[in-house]
Amino acid sequence: MNQLSETAQLSVSNETNSGSDSDQPDNEHWDLVIRPKRHLLDINFKELWDYRDLLFMFVKRDIVTVYKQTVLGPIWFFVQPIMTTLVYVIIFGNIAKISTDEIPKVLFYMSGIVMWNYFADSFGKTSTTFTSNASIFGKVYFPRLIVPLSVVTSGLIKFLIQFTLFLAVFAFYLITTDLIQPNWWILITPYLILLMAGLGLGFGIIFSSLTTKYRDLTFVIQFGVQLAMYATPIIYPMSLLSERAQAVLWWNPIAHLIETIKYGFLGTGQASVAGLAYTTAFTLVVLISGTIIFNRTEQTFMDTV
Amino acid sequence: MSVAIKIENISKQYRLGQVGTGTISHDLNRWWASIRGKDDPYSQVGQVNQRDQAAQSDYVWALKDIDFKVEQGEVLGIIGANGAGKSTLLKIISRITSPTTGSINIKGRIASLLEVGTGMHPEMTARENIYLNGAIMGMKRHEITRKFDDIIDFAGCKMYVDTPVKRFSSGMSVRLGFAVAAFLEPEILIVDEVLAVGDAEFQNKAIGKMKDVSSSDGRTIIFVSHNLGSVKTLCNRGIVLNEGGLAYDLPVDNAVSSYLNQLNPVNSNGEDLLLRTNRSGSGLIRLAEFWLENENGDRIDQVQSGTCTTLVFRFAATASNTKMSQINVGFSIHDKQDRSAITILYSGVQDVFFDTQGDFTVRCQIKDLPLVEGTYPISVRIMNAKEELDWIKTPIGTLDIASGDYYGTGRPIEFGKGKTLIRGNWSCRESKC
Repeated sequence: MNQLSETAQLSVSNETNSGSDSDQPDNEHWDLVIRPKRHLLDINFKELWDYRDLLFMFVKRDIVTVYKQTVLGPIWFFVQPIMTTLVYVIIFGNIAKISTDEIPKVLFYMSGIVMWNYFADSFGKTSTTFTSNASIFGKVYFPRLIVPLSVVTSGLIKFLIQFTLFLAVFAFYLITTDLIQPNWWILITPYLILLMAGLGLGFGIIFSSLTTKYRDLTFVIQFGVQLAMYATPIIYPMSLLSERAQAVLWWNPIAHLIETIKYGFLGTGQASVAGLAYTTAFTLVVLISGTIIFNRTEQTFMDTV
Repeated sequence: MSVAIKIENISKQYRLGQVGTGTISHDLNRWWASIRGKDDPYSQVGQVNQRDQAAQSDYVWALKDIDFKVEQGEVLGIIGANGAGKSTLLKIISRITSPTTGSINIKGRIASLLEVGTGMHPEMTARENIYLNGAIMGMKRHEITRKFDDIIDFAGCKMYVDTPVKRFSSGMSVRLGFAVAAFLEPEILIVDEVLAVGDAEFQNKAIGKMKDVSSSDGRTIIFVSHNLGSVKTLCNRGIVLNEGGLAYDLPVDNAVSSYLNQLNPVNSNGEDLLLRTNRSGSGLIRLAEFWLENENGDRIDQVQSGTCTTLVFRFAATASNTKMSQINVGFSIHDKQDRSAITILYSGVQDVFFDTQGDFTVRCQIKDLPLVEGTYPISVRIMNAKEELDWIKTPIGTLDIASGDYYGTGRPIEFGKGKTLIRGNWSCRESKC
């Protein structure tokens, strides 16, 4: 009986409290306000910056742990592109005899493979951000965008290692043969890599938001990325295609990136400012819409993952 | 004192069953409603979070209209049965998921400890993991570097700093995780059940650390636990959640006792016990009903210390033609922490066993009830020789005792912590040595 009346009193005093609160305007300063839905573009970039140490730690974890307890260690980073290149040289070059525009086959395939792998890795890994990190996300808050950003960053490190392999092969052919003619487009390479990272990240976070609820898409992505490679001039030069096929393929933003890098380093391929402008715009749209969708999903994905 | 956390009208709706079938159609309906500027069509439906009831709708309110404030420096305990909504509330406060309605305003840096060692990677060394886990918890690198030695000392694993965590025993990993968390310096700390792991020494250390943090630094702590003992030691205010709603908001001792009363509701005697399912035994004879009677044989709900009380157990036989000649009944009276306070067996008091066929009622009269006021759950077991016939594993009812005149002094009984009353003859004589 005693407890009952106490609760009753307490609830009464609570009511008067909240009543007086609503009379006065709420001009107190709050560090954090949690509401059911945030505004679409309410992305806290300052918070993201505050967590840059976490980004660094995630990148370190991804790089360091992959080859722990292996003998060859980081050398494995080279094995994959070398093997893939050899297989492509044998199958597409020697058996299928697809033209490489007079460029040494090894160089032609490797340039495409290294670039494409970076995109495919970034896309594939970021697209499962929510599902594969559910156990961490379910226990602690940090800006979720840190995870896809760290995936793209550690992918970048892996890419740069593989890219030096390409540069070594490139230097070898440049000195020993006169089959390749590099030109000033080579200087735009860092920007191309940035666009590649942006596309991988953008597509990845769009799909990550969808795969949390609809797992079907994970399967779509798995073979979709493989198929998309054939819609990109990796194993064939753009010049091999008919006019109409080329017109269709130029809608693929990655086609521009691959062709530009091949033109810059090898001297064949088609580089154009318009093409790069198109790719840049495409990347921005994908990134912005991806960030918006991601921002929405991260609030409630724990309920549906 | 200023308010550190203000929680207003927080509700959280979950979808029952599997996410899958009907997901797209519901999503489309929601989208269509939002385009027309209408409310979410599913926010009106949803049933109360009673986990033992059958689902009637696709949606359930895990939390409904939670409303309270936490003052700065307050240590708040949240208690409630499994599924009452405690963890959901913590998840909303720690921004792991969003509420369906309502808002929370927070003043100060907040850190939540829903698990220790979140994100630690088994392949990495203790040193690397301290940095990783610290960063996940929101610490800066230089902060961790500054506290690194303290963390290692607290965890007590100096020898293993550069050993991969996968070589650690599970207890050691937990220590390491808690050590990192202990050196977080948030203004508000949210802790969920993490103390349930680890040995007794570690638990004391952890509780001690949390007490230090709250008393010396004046930080706000929200603590969820099933261990009512640690809630009582640590907190000064308690909130009881029940079926997604806020049941009590009281000083911690009162909150804990209200919660216990709610678990063992008063006046549940007289319920049809044949409906209970969590029982063991052959079931040839089953307990059907339990009630209390006074001296005159009238049913009563509450008794007084020192009065004559009869506990009545009605048994139902499923096979009435089987004659059993060695029936033995025993019951125990528990205190609220579910420890047996008193156990009494028929065979311990009587020489001859029952000899029965069909339904029967057993009465045990206690002349002057030697227990202080309180609510005591009762359990009963019935045997035939060595064979267990029936035992309901949860209390079958309660002995609700009001204070009474046990000693016949005409005054209320003054008692300390003891539960049992005994008569003693007091005397005092001057001693000369």
